[in-house]
Amino acid sequence: MSAAKLQIRGLTKVFETRREEVLALDNVDLDIADNEFVTLVGTSGCGKSTMLSIVAGLQQETSGDVYVDGEPVRGPGRDRGVVFQAYTLFPWLTARKNIEFALRGEEMTGAERTSKANELLALVGLEKFADAHPNELSGGMQQRVAIARALSYKPQILLMDEPFGALDALTRQLMQELLTEVWEQHKLTVLFVTHDVEEAVYISDRVIVMTNRPGRIKTEVKVDLPRPRRYEMVGSPEFGALYSEVLESIREESLEIEQLGSTL
Amino acid sequence: MLRIGGGIRTFHFVGIAAFVFVLIFGLWLVVTANEWVKPIFLPGPIDVWNRLSELAASGDLAKDILISCYRIAIGFSLATLLAVPIGVMIGAYRAWEAAVEPLTDFVRYMPVVAFVPLTILWAGTDDIQKFLIIWIGTFFQQVLLVMDNTKRVPLDVVDIGRTLGMKDRSILARIIFPAAAPGIWDSMRISLGWAWTWVVLAELVAATSGLGYRITTAQRFFQTDTIIGYILVLGTLGLITDQVMKFLGRRMFRYAESRR
Ligand SMILES: Nc1ncnc2c1ncn2[C@@H]1O[C@H](COP(=O)(O)OP(=O)(O)O)[C@@H](O)[C@H]1O
Ligand SMILES: [Mg+2]
Repeated sequence: MSAAKLQIRGLTKVFETRREEVLALDNVDLDIADNEFVTLVGTSGCGKSTMLSIVAGLQQETSGDVYVDGEPVRGPGRDRGVVFQAYTLFPWLTARKNIEFALRGEEMTGAERTSKANELLALVGLEKFADAHPNELSGGMQQRVAIARALSYKPQILLMDEPFGALDALTRQLMQELLTEVWEQHKLTVLFVTHDVEEAVYISDRVIVMTNRPGRIKTEVKVDLPRPRRYEMVGSPEFGALYSEVLESIREESLEIEQLGSTL
Repeated sequence: MLRIGGGIRTFHFVGIAAFVFVLIFGLWLVVTANEWVKPIFLPGPIDVWNRLSELAASGDLAKDILISCYRIAIGFSLATLLAVPIGVMIGAYRAWEAAVEPLTDFVRYMPVVAFVPLTILWAGTDDIQKFLIIWIGTFFQQVLLVMDNTKRVPLDVVDIGRTLGMKDRSILARIIFPAAAPGIWDSMRISLGWAWTWVVLAELVAATSGLGYRITTAQRFFQTDTIIGYILVLGTLGLITDQVMKFLGRRMFRYAESRR
């Protein structure tokens, strides 16, 4: 395989608050190959969002480097698309206009933008809701538009921070299937964050387990389940084994937090 | 119906509200019809109505309303046109906030009434002085309200703009401002209500026309019916402007209502 699409080298982040210095990330190294789907899991507060945010260029690292195609990252850019947990559609624009908004930077005519936006809405199954405003859409629909918006300008890497975290269990499952389908058709490099182990195993090629704060990489689990993924696989012994492996690894970290709590 | 947070039908709500109005009006009618209070202190509703009708017929009422509205329109617009951009800037940039917010907060606590003599010294007693009082009374409050509206725009939404490769100016104009607009509109609606108070204040102290001026002259000639009539007119005008602003806001920002 050629050089990794995304390289993270010695990434360290210290937050200086009024009372203390918080070491959020400690010397993290990670390579993600082209068209690979990698998921970060870990206990709450272990630095997943911080890492994603630095890769997106929205936060400054304390030390270390991030490279995309060997080029160091300096600030946010259109080579990396982002989807957050919070709903971030622009409420004053319709679903279609939200996507067209993201395409303003491209060299396209208005008509081309509109047809591109329609195409993406169809991809996430929302062509009927093109003219609806976000307040007329359910949480799941809003996240689908947000994904469509992030894909519209063809970023090299898609960064997703618990995009389904605010959705109910059933919607969440449908969204996982949809995202997997989209990704299997239109491959691109994805760095995904979740604390849902089943979600992580179902959608990923590789799951990275992080330690408690300061966040380091604890283990990684390669998910060699066949593609295309089908939801029935969740019940298979292979899935079960991977699921247990990841869960066990996180459980150790959670237990550590609980024990620290009881000795205070 | 009488449970904290308990629901109530619109029909009942309107009914109760109307009942209270009718009750107070009835009380007024009874007290004055029996002359329990001297008419020079409290004239009856009929007297007030007749006096207002006279003033309306002579064209004085319309003239007074028009001139006061004109003063509000200018003073309030000048305040708004300055306060909105400044409020957005200090809501978005901490450095601008440091430069403007503490000062504004300080001025805001200075009573507007105390500025009246000063504005008369500066600007005399013509319209400019009225604009100035309205401006002082609304501008500083507006700046802080708009700053607050701007700060409420979620950081994640701003970050999306940055990941789209947008420059700060573009984010300000195309994301932060539209995102804050419904809140800003509401702040303007609230501050327009205050503007009514300030225009009357300015006209009470030094003017030769306007609703406030008519009230002062009425006091000089013991025309209590005119005073009460004009106070009711002012209340009605305030209510109307507020409802118009609300209505326009609902039409413009339909997308901001939560429907799910
Ligand atoms: N702006 C900040 N200032 C101070 N501490 C922060 C800030 N952002 C995050 N942190 C701290 O850094 C750690 C990692 O946070 P985060 O990356 O959000 O964790 P996760 O997404 O894994 O739950 C947490 O302990 C959090 O309290
Ligand atoms: Mg997080």
